[in-house]
Amino acid sequence: MANVASTTASAGSELTARALREAVFAGLITLGLFVLFVGLKSDQNIRNELILTQRWGLLAIFVAVAMVGRFLIVVYVQPRFAKRKAAKAAAPDVVKKDTFFTRQWPKIAVVMLLLYPPVIVSFVGVQGSLKWVDNFGIQILIYVMLAWGLNIVVGLAGLLDLGYVAFYAVGAYSYALLSSYFGLSFWVLLPVAGLLAALWGIVLGFPVLRLRGDYLAIVTLAFGEIIRLVLINWTEVTKGTFGVSGIAKATLFGIKFDASKDGFAALFDLPLSSAYYKIFLFYLILALALLTAFVTIRLRRMPIGRAWEALREDEIACRSLGINTVTTKLTAFATGAMFGGFAGSFFAVRQGFVSPESFVFLESAVILAIVVLGGMGSLTGIAIAAVVMIGGTEILRELTFLKMIFGPAFTPELYRMLIFGLAMVTVMVWKPRGFVGSREPTAFLRQRRAVSGSFTKEGHG
Amino acid sequence: MEYFIQQLVNGLTLGSIYGMIAIGYTMVYGIIGMINFAHGDIFMLGGFAALIVFLILTTFIGGVPVVLALLIMMIVGMLTAALWNWTIERVAYRPLRGSFRLAPLITAIGMSIVLSNFIQVTQGPRNKPIPPLVSSVYEIFGITVSLKQIVIVVITAILLSVFWYIVNRTPLGRAQRATEQDRKMAALLGVDVDRTISVTFIMGAALAAVAGTMYLMYYGVVVFTDGFAPGVKAFTAAVLGGIGSLPGAVLGGLLIGLIESLWSAYFTIDYKDVATFSILAIVLIFKPSGILGRPEVEKV
Repeated sequence: MANVASTTASAGSELTARALREAVFAGLITLGLFVLFVGLKSDQNIRNELILTQRWGLLAIFVAVAMVGRFLIVVYVQPRFAKRKAAKAAAPDVVKKDTFFTRQWPKIAVVMLLLYPPVIVSFVGVQGSLKWVDNFGIQILIYVMLAWGLNIVVGLAGLLDLGYVAFYAVGAYSYALLSSYFGLSFWVLLPVAGLLAALWGIVLGFPVLRLRGDYLAIVTLAFGEIIRLVLINWTEVTKGTFGVSGIAKATLFGIKFDASKDGFAALFDLPLSSAYYKIFLFYLILALALLTAFVTIRLRRMPIGRAWEALREDEIACRSLGINTVTTKLTAFATGAMFGGFAGSFFAVRQGFVSPESFVFLESAVILAIVVLGGMGSLTGIAIAAVVMIGGTEILRELTFLKMIFGPAFTPELYRMLIFGLAMVTVMVWKPRGFVGSREPTAFLRQRRAVSGSFTKEGHG
Repeated sequence: MEYFIQQLVNGLTLGSIYGMIAIGYTMVYGIIGMINFAHGDIFMLGGFAALIVFLILTTFIGGVPVVLALLIMMIVGMLTAALWNWTIERVAYRPLRGSFRLAPLITAIGMSIVLSNFIQVTQGPRNKPIPPLVSSVYEIFGITVSLKQIVIVVITAILLSVFWYIVNRTPLGRAQRATEQDRKMAALLGVDVDRTISVTFIMGAALAAVAGTMYLMYYGVVVFTDGFAPGVKAFTAAVLGGIGSLPGAVLGGLLIGLIESLWSAYFTIDYKDVATFSILAIVLIFKPSGILGRPEVEKV
């Protein structure tokens, strides 16, 4: 008995010793990483010369946090994870029950989204609902729609597109320019913007069809940059970096959302508020996003959708089965681009202002990240990823109580993108297959079985 | 004619910087088949490390000879960037090895966002100008060549020869080439694959930091967004030269630098990046494997 106790004790002390070693190592690495950037800060003085400010205390906090964190991970977290893994391996597989909720939940989600604005209005009032409907509703839904659109290209057809924001830009500028030069209405220009974006999708698609994988990625990235640079430099038409402002608002069956006497508020005897327009926009983008989802689901059952998925899994097999890879790739590009164009014209009508600033590479990266984090090809997963990533960064704007902890100079917005990037890395390392890692096969032989994500291959362009 | 040669010299300088960054992209791509999007930001980080070392030297010590100052800036920058890239590979790319291809691409994009915002948060969003370090200018046959241009081209040439020697003549380089050809087989034959990959990241980062220091010296200013545009252009250079090929990366870098400076000189400066990217697209359409790349053989 004494023997057993002594072995556990020695194992414990060995673990502590290892943890201490690793903590010191982690501390040294952290010191090396941050000594120049956190310990010192380059500031401009009044004569615009650079001077150094010293922040050794902050650096010490960084190093201490890394050391303590590493120590705790090695001593407590890692053994616990190992134990849990062992327990999981020993336990039999749990078959998930097919309840009413799991079967019907897409419908439930849609109903909840439809009820979202009235519920918010009843809780915080018409004026208070602005922030919740606009920042958390419309903002997230735009990204959901964009990610679902890109999902057709990346998730279904397996073509890596790093320049998706170009189509978004084409859609936004189509609406902005055509409405301000020709005075056409949103409802006429929405399909036009989609068509123009699809046309650009085909224009881009033609030359890049020969390219595979990462070459395709870099050319699409280049294309996105070219579109942005043209928007910046073609000042006679696009007004360059100043952007196009004063874009006409959308109307609801001819009813305008303004202060005029036949405007929306006057017509329904409501107090004048911009919140009604935002709620209208919320339903508009919800409808557009649902249209994207509906088209994606239906296309997956059609020959063209199956051809896309076949293309993603194996291009050579696809070609030898007589599928025309050229038209298959082109339709994928064009369809994805079309939804990007719809989203773009919606963006223009929502902001009332477009400038090339909104269409930088970072946007493409964010959309692609949402698609991959959601578990490519899964509409549900992508929606979850959009809510987590975009909603999460929007919440950071609301964390004003942090000012009380860190002082009034602390601005949480500054850390928004830093945290976004860290979240991207963490989620990817933690769940490499995305939030929803398994896919329901579209075509199956006799029995429907969910395929684990690790068995499906991503396309090689 | 003199104007043309003048632009050629400028393009060559710019191209040397792109070439040095491009090597990091091409080596990482060659060895693990991944676009290391954070590499451009490692370049920017190296530039910032050099800037802070320069400020330390001027504030605390003062009166350091320029050659020594540049050398210290370069070495500290290399060490810092190498440590960063090593850590990034360790925490963000290694756990995803063997996962599907897009996973490390996404963490790389995430890391690129993290790095540029980290610098923005810790060092502030403003431009960081420094006084000119090297300001001598020479006239040769009517062409103005500044000393800093000569320094950049010479340092690039020296580093490339060192690099070429390491990759082609040392056991480490042999391990790298073996890992590049077939990772599993290399591991079976006793190559420490993880270590080799780490060393590749360290080497790439060190070169990027040198490029960052040169960039700081040449333009005299650095800002936290500086990682993106040179990064994308260097990656374009790597693809243009044939990704996976070291001479290709340098050649691609020089070409991009030349295209950029000649286009700005003879056409319009506004569309210089459009020209670069269009030429990339055209080259890839007619020769998809790049200028010096090996054509991909598809095995079924």
